[in-house]
Amino acid sequence: MTTGPSAVELDRRAYRLSRARRSTLGALASTLVFALLAYLTITNAPGWPRVRATFFDLEIARESVRPVLAGLWVNLQVLLIGAALVAVLGLGIALLRTLRGPIFTPLRIVSTIYVDIFRGIPLIVVLYLVGFGVPALRLEGVPTSGFVLGTAAVVLTYSAYVAEVFRAGIESVHPSQVAAARSLGLSHRQTTRLVVLPQAVRTVTPPLLNDFVALQKDVGLISVLTVTDAVRASQIIVGQTFNFTPYVLAGLLFVLLAVPSARLADHFTVRALRRQQGGSR
Amino acid sequence: MTQPVPPERTTSPGSVVLRCENVVKVYGDVPVLHGVDVTVREHEVVALIGASGSGKSTLLRCAGLLETVDDGQIWLDGEDITDPRVDPDQVRRRFGVVFQAYNLFPHMSVVDNITLAPRIVHGIAPAAARDEAMALLERIGLTDKADSYPDKLSGGQQQRAAIARAIAVRPRALLLDEVTSALDPELVGEVLSLVRELATQGLTILMATHEMGFAKQVADTVCFLDQGVILESGPPSQVLGAPVEARTRQFLTRIVDAGRL
Repeated sequence: MTTGPSAVELDRRAYRLSRARRSTLGALASTLVFALLAYLTITNAPGWPRVRATFFDLEIARESVRPVLAGLWVNLQVLLIGAALVAVLGLGIALLRTLRGPIFTPLRIVSTIYVDIFRGIPLIVVLYLVGFGVPALRLEGVPTSGFVLGTAAVVLTYSAYVAEVFRAGIESVHPSQVAAARSLGLSHRQTTRLVVLPQAVRTVTPPLLNDFVALQKDVGLISVLTVTDAVRASQIIVGQTFNFTPYVLAGLLFVLLAVPSARLADHFTVRALRRQQGGSR
Repeated sequence: MTQPVPPERTTSPGSVVLRCENVVKVYGDVPVLHGVDVTVREHEVVALIGASGSGKSTLLRCAGLLETVDDGQIWLDGEDITDPRVDPDQVRRRFGVVFQAYNLFPHMSVVDNITLAPRIVHGIAPAAARDEAMALLERIGLTDKADSYPDKLSGGQQQRAAIARAIAVRPRALLLDEVTSALDPELVGEVLSLVRELATQGLTILMATHEMGFAKQVADTVCFLDQGVILESGPPSQVLGAPVEARTRQFLTRIVDAGRL
């Protein structure tokens, strides 16, 4: 095949390229038209000058960047600590729920009730209950900081979700895999650790990353416990200036934070899909 | 089925239905097809043989427009179907494809699997499509399974249903991709005899197969694919009985050693 592509193939490539170019141009044109229409609609709205002054004040945005960014750092800490705890706790609960045998019945029941409760309660209620209820007990040695209790509340709620994701992953591993492992003499525990979990984790990576993206914005809710995070920092400035621009700024920063994780989740989803379909040629 | 009475198989060559010329296919850096020429005439059965990875399935997938060729051309009834200006859906509906792993839709009953394309693609009324499907099922002896779901069928029954699905649209040519490779040995026979019956009725068939005995019986032409080229082709008695190429002999010896011929 040193002769290079034939004339027919070259013609086909040229045709495909021109089609691709045309569809790119079409996409570009329709995007521009849409953006222009959206822009004109909003800026011609009767209340636009007022909205612009209240939500998009550049001066106030500039002044609030520093405190809001400082608050975002708090959110980031809650996120990273929380995500790590959620992963461990969620996996633990999932494993408890998949345990077989009558001895484990109480553990199974407890973990099932836990998941039922914390998937059901709105996160904000959990935040109030943990953030204000626990300090009110006035127990020795129990932390009272909003940061710690807020993180705990977020972890409690998200662990319930993540446990269900892990459980679905564990159950998606085909029983024949367990049979193969047990036939080699591996114990139940060894089978779970070395054969089932590695496959389960791989399957659930995309939905887990999706939960991570959701967690990323929900850490903003700890502001209700008067933790000075990005949202709370904005709230303080809003209270002083009666201008909502800091909220918009905080929202923008949260989006910027979420974009890389979202792209990462997409990437893993595509890869997982490709692996699943691999070999079917 | 109420297909027009197929003409008796004749020895005189019919018109060309499918023609592959200098087909090249590359996956990444791996060249799979190196310039393959195959011609399938009307009512003819052409069998592609060769080791795993020799490119048999790839050639079938290129012909069925499930893959894009990287060079060369494929004609169906004189139309260059590798031309990107041709609507591939229009071409695909003229082929019937049967896959190694059956690929029946698990969420549909057998009869729904068969009537799907006639109803959705060819616009045949549901009742008429069902009648035709039932007639087909009677022919292949699966009438009692019409409303069963694929997971309730044996492999052989599934593959027969898949063949029924492929011929329900009255294709110009049938592409069979190692249709017995996934079957238990005792189920191979029922599928092969169905294919044999279709061949006798004059369907135009291009098939990849590992069943040398079957190829010998049914095929008009056997093509031996090796490393992406057709090394040898001709009537089965010649290619399978008195091969010229050393590699063909080698391949056949291995098959005989494995007790498959």
